[in-house]
Amino acid sequence: MNSSRKLSCIVCPISCSGEVVFENGQIKDVSGFNCKRGVEYANTEVTNPMRMLTTTVKVDDGELALLPVVSKAVLPKGKILPAARCLASIKVTAPIKEGDIIYRDILGLGVDIIAARDLAKRN
Amino acid sequence: MNNHNYDVVIIGGGPAGLAAAYSAKLNGAKKILVIERDRELGGILQQCIHNGFGLHRFKQELTGPGYAQRYIKMVEEHPEIEIMLDTMVLEVSEDKLVLAVNPEVGILKIQAKAVIFTMGCRERTRGAIRTPGWRPAGVFTAGAAQRMVNMEGYIPGKKVVILGSGDIGLIMARRLTLEGAQVQAVLEIMPYSNGLTRNIVQCLEDFNIPLHLAHTIVAIQGNERITGVTCAKVDENMRPIPGTEFELECDCLLLSVGLIPENEISEEVGVKIDPKTSGPIVDQRRQTSIPGFFAAGNVVHVHDLVDFVSEEGEIAGKYAALYAQGILPESYRTINVLGENAIRTVVPQKIVLDDTSIDAVRLFMRVGKPEEKLIVEVTGAKEQVIATKRLPIAKPGEMIELDIPVDKFRDAGEFVVVTSRKAVKA
Repeated sequence: MNSSRKLSCIVCPISCSGEVVFENGQIKDVSGFNCKRGVEYANTEVTNPMRMLTTTVKVDDGELALLPVVSKAVLPKGKILPAARCLASIKVTAPIKEGDIIYRDILGLGVDIIAARDLAKRN
Repeated sequence: MNNHNYDVVIIGGGPAGLAAAYSAKLNGAKKILVIERDRELGGILQQCIHNGFGLHRFKQELTGPGYAQRYIKMVEEHPEIEIMLDTMVLEVSEDKLVLAVNPEVGILKIQAKAVIFTMGCRERTRGAIRTPGWRPAGVFTAGAAQRMVNMEGYIPGKKVVILGSGDIGLIMARRLTLEGAQVQAVLEIMPYSNGLTRNIVQCLEDFNIPLHLAHTIVAIQGNERITGVTCAKVDENMRPIPGTEFELECDCLLLSVGLIPENEISEEVGVKIDPKTSGPIVDQRRQTSIPGFFAAGNVVHVHDLVDFVSEEGEIAGKYAALYAQGILPESYRTINVLGENAIRTVVPQKIVLDDTSIDAVRLFMRVGKPEEKLIVEVTGAKEQVIATKRLPIAKPGEMIELDIPVDKFRDAGEFVVVTSRKAVKA
């Protein structure tokens, strides 16, 4: 059984559109992506799509009410929403330095969530 | 009143202003002042918590706050650069006297030798697009909502419709979904999205949010609070087609309908504005039509990558520093740069020639509508070709860059034309 899936690459703003052809459920051919990272993206996107997560967590005593955070590496696409909901329930205390680990091993996926900026204590 | 004297005064402490300050320092300015109206530096980057910033500049994917922090640190390391937060510039006079106000000292009078405008841009609002209907609460611009959600800790609504598929609208669709809201749909009046494809994939398709192209809102429902919107398909002249209306329930409408450079202050001084970019006309040094006044970043033209905003800030910072020291090389000729055919905007709009300059000039262009297989050509006054660039695809949302050695302009004549033609298939 042959089938195919058209994809737009999200690695960089050029946004190549390409196609992955399957034969008996296996990837047979990847075409239309102009760089190595694009081909890699297409391969993962059709097997196990991954995304970065950026969101915010509540802060006590901070100059701002919220701290922006980012996953240290990509997470499975299907875990992005559950991971964001998990981070919506926690609270951290200022001061915070960029890169501080805010949540270790989110949802047991082996990826830490870190602070995206410094946040000083409120005066 | 307090009186102060500086070499270079920079109005706006976002990415353009920070890069300009740093570069002014590197180029010999001794007293530099950055005036910022917000409570901290960084500008719009601080609310853009998503990643993808800095691939050109720092060779890594940073979040907006991460990108801002790198520049803030670079600036704070240098005692030559002073920062005034919570300070609003009211007026700048042609002799470079800056009038500002802040809650600590009241009115300030600041004398500059050179001024750099880095005020960024502002969102178009509901009034600018004339959406009919009532005036209930719950209608926000996407950027205002972004600040509420990412910095202040408020959610603008739980059931959201977004009008406009520019990148801010797309990013907010994902952001609100992650915060637990339901995004009903994104509507776009054009038959194509001006957002990056990667944002359509990551922000809409990933969360099954429908994108209705060639659609707009014809009425806003609700008295106290918005309760829904009436949508309709539009024809090729962007007029709603009767009979295609449908209702979407919502308690919040976000508008992502374009950005306009914020030039009230620069216009008051009298710098000439390009009607196509809505920003000051600048030369490749980012000097405006009035000597000693420079401009960089989204105040000149709305960029899509912050990396290029920083680059423009650096250019303006350098030449403002030289101007302040009285060592800006004098130009012997000015060449006008004109856009034609598919090319809607070109920055810089002028190129000045001097005896010392060896740098390449980078032209930034935008097309008016999506084009395929386009050849961009820069030609001189005698129609001689100076530079060429071939593009498989050109979209209005994605800036085109073209580097041209300054020497190529020396024989160009009084003007160059940036034009385009369709590539003939081989």
